[in-house]
Amino acid sequence: MHAPPLDDRLRPSSAPFAMAGAVPMSQPIPFAAGRPGGSGRNDLGEVMQLVARGDKDAFSVLYDALAPMVFGIVLKVVRDRAQSEEVAQEVMIDLWRQAARYRSDAGSVATWASMIAHRRAVDRVRSAQASAHREQAQAAREHTTAFDEVAERVETRLDSEQVRRCLKGLTEVQRQAVTLAYYQGLTYREVAEALQTPLPTIKTRMRDGLIRLRDCMGVTT
Amino acid sequence: MTHHASDTHTLAAAYALDALDHDERQAFEDHLRTCEACREETAEFKATSARLAAAVAQKPPAQAKAQVMAAIDAVRQLPPHVAPAAAARTRAGWLQRRAVPLALAAGIAAAALGGVAVWQTHNGQELNQDAREAQQQLDAVSAVLAAPDARTVHGRAANGAMTTVVASDRQNKAIFTASNLPAPAAGKTYQLWLSHDGTMRPAGLIDHDGTVVLTGTPAGAGAVGLTLEPAGGSPEPSTTPLLLMTLPA
Repeated sequence: MHAPPLDDRLRPSSAPFAMAGAVPMSQPIPFAAGRPGGSGRNDLGEVMQLVARGDKDAFSVLYDALAPMVFGIVLKVVRDRAQSEEVAQEVMIDLWRQAARYRSDAGSVATWASMIAHRRAVDRVRSAQASAHREQAQAAREHTTAFDEVAERVETRLDSEQVRRCLKGLTEVQRQAVTLAYYQGLTYREVAEALQTPLPTIKTRMRDGLIRLRDCMGVTT
Repeated sequence: MTHHASDTHTLAAAYALDALDHDERQAFEDHLRTCEACREETAEFKATSARLAAAVAQKPPAQAKAQVMAAIDAVRQLPPHVAPAAAARTRAGWLQRRAVPLALAAGIAAAALGGVAVWQTHNGQELNQDAREAQQQLDAVSAVLAAPDARTVHGRAANGAMTTVVASDRQNKAIFTASNLPAPAAGKTYQLWLSHDGTMRPAGLIDHDGTVVLTGTPAGAGAVGLTLEPAGGSPEPSTTPLLLMTLPA
């Protein structure tokens, strides 16, 4: 039994902490049943096949379905709004470019798009960091002081009740390891430094945290 | 693989969260190709990460969609990947026939990465013309290499250059690749030719090692020739061919 799509649970009125201007996605992202021909809910898979053949109308549908997630995660990681808009547009164009390379046996369209978006955002943040390499130690120390605030922000801004609930089910270190990596774009080494925790411990906590989230959200590929 | 299995499993989470640096990411992806269990776990972790992304969805600026829709008019779509795993499963005969194109593909993939890097420095609306053309050429080359009807022939030119032609009637394109091509004398260039029933038709210029897409259609062509011509090329060969490669039927 699959959990209903994430959006079914998006209830803006029940999210008093949501940041100003946050608007729920206008189109559902079919997360359940990523495999083709499974439950018939894999609509984006069919849309993708059309996009891969150069169908711009299909791409318009894909855009509506994915752009809010893409923009949201890019903004989360990059933080600067103007840069995020630019990166998100690059990602959407990249989805068009790479459409034929999407493989449904590796996961859902939304998962594929989120990977491309997140990686692009992280690359943007890290290339900016690399140009200020000498200041990295300093930056890591700042992360240390900021992580409580970070964790707080992440939790209160989540639009999804389920993700919020599942993140609450993690231990403190698990949650910080996962959210610092995913929402802040830190490498696990940077996470270890920020949390002043040994590297092997962070690797383990990150994995345990993701396993717990996976199980809590009923994720299947 | 230098990691112990347990280390690698721990890295699947960091990988799905993009928390590996570039080299570790590469090493993990290499490992994924040989580790079925890791692939499964990684797929689940990626799907979990995607939920974290969806949870922070935000409405993009209203004008963004129109800009993206306008931009994709100028963006050529990539052909599907030729998966190495698929190649490994295929018949030996196919592999033999395709060994060189696949090796070429590896080099071209590396070049394509360069192309992407160039592309990334420009934003959607301002795709650099050179980068776009380079990308289109790479796309065309990849499409020929991936074509199921690709025909390959190797040659050695009189000046010692090693050459390969890959032609696909279905793609209606052929590519020519050269290595150890001596630099042409000043005011000279190498010119490629497609031989149709004994008539040599101009098929493009090349003046250094690398891969070019031939102009003109390979369908019905019996051979590919290479001559040295005055800079800018000639309407018909003006020197003795350095090379004539007969295309297999």
